[in-house]
Amino acid sequence: MSLVKRGTVYGTLMNFRGELEALGDRMNEPPYQAPPKAPVLYIKPANTWTENGGAIPLPAHVPEVEVGATVAMVMKSAREIAGFVLMNDVSIPHESLFRPPVKFKCLDGFLGIGDRIRARNEAGDPAVFKLEVRVNGELKQTVRFSQLLRSADQLLADVSEFMTLGEGDMLMLGCDVGRPRVRVGDRVQVSMPALGTLTNSFVAEAA
Amino acid sequence: MKHARVMVNGMVLNATETDGQVLLEDGRRLWQDQVTWLPPLAPVDRPRTILALGLNYADHARELAFKAPEEPLVFLKGERSLNGHREQTVRPPGVQFMHYECELAVVMGRKAKKVKRDDAHDFIAGYTVANDYAIRDYLENWYRPNLRVKNRDGATPLGPWLVDAKDIANPMDLALRTTVNGKVTQEGNTKDMIFDVPFLIAYFSSFMTLNPGDLILTGTPDGVVDCQPGDVVVTEIEGIGALMNTISSS
Repeated sequence: MSLVKRGTVYGTLMNFRGELEALGDRMNEPPYQAPPKAPVLYIKPANTWTENGGAIPLPAHVPEVEVGATVAMVMKSAREIAGFVLMNDVSIPHESLFRPPVKFKCLDGFLGIGDRIRARNEAGDPAVFKLEVRVNGELKQTVRFSQLLRSADQLLADVSEFMTLGEGDMLMLGCDVGRPRVRVGDRVQVSMPALGTLTNSFVAEAA
Repeated sequence: MKHARVMVNGMVLNATETDGQVLLEDGRRLWQDQVTWLPPLAPVDRPRTILALGLNYADHARELAFKAPEEPLVFLKGERSLNGHREQTVRPPGVQFMHYECELAVVMGRKAKKVKRDDAHDFIAGYTVANDYAIRDYLENWYRPNLRVKNRDGATPLGPWLVDAKDIANPMDLALRTTVNGKVTQEGNTKDMIFDVPFLIAYFSSFMTLNPGDLILTGTPDGVVDCQPGDVVVTEIEGIGALMNTISSS
């Protein structure tokens, strides 16, 4: 996790075609008024980070959460990608995408981060990445990055238009619809051959 | 005491304020324009969490045609958005409305989890001034205010001083003022915050742990105006300091 400790982790909303299709005409209605133009980002601050194998605590008032399985680019510099890493981006399910999702996405431990960072020549072309998400061993979702709206390179270029990423910063490619919901006691595995498996179990938060 | 971090001849040094001058940790005394100012924050091991409030003054919420929020409207920033005193912030070409936001910034001093409102002051290291620029042209209604508006490189000047919490008797009664090229454009008082500092610490720490060095930017009152390249913007808070920034075109 040495690279991870230094940078800011950014998530990306609405970068899978399925996310836009699910909203359909609602994107043109209040409060949104129009589909997004620039990349829609959010931050997963340091208190959310959980290592591979670590347990993610759920507060008593949170009966279930969504698992956002994705891959993040780990930056070497503003334009250079050091490699790719698996992410388990946990959220309290929320309908409205109008306001920043801090109270839904920034709870302690709400981001599982893989421990294997692989450069593009080992990880392959991100446009054909395919993740499998298992809950208690059962396959619940297959995420195909061929369905991205902005490719990894395009996302990085469009984000760099308004902010500079630096060494250790991470930019997630997005989470597709069909995110599995999990509860205390569940064990989630996000896997892709080149990036290994990211495993996190969900536990009740200590009182 | 008022603390700063400055760069002199390429060296980063801690400093304190003395009679309006900068007293370096090596004993040298310099004028404010003889040093390069950094945000007045001690380095931390992991990226600091920077929470910022929108619409936290009733008058500003009205100004922007929103009804006052029922719970804090909060967004996060990355550290690269921060900038020092007396530095420049870019106004991108072609934009119509870029405005400053004078804000009281709270710097956390202790790890805070599920803090009670009445205990919140014990978790504060000190206060500084933030100018949380916004470029309204880029507002979109997805996770609004979106990062293209609020997380631009160097568009959140911070400083000049970090003032120890014990030196501020009542952070909820401080005058705020912004001048553009010397003319007063924004005035307010921290007593008009919708969600005050103890509430915010209790609220955030109810669902996320705040760590030493984390920041809470507490929102801005009425009176934001468009700023053009060359404009000198000074955001000032009573007893905390006057933070100067110049708008540049690139």
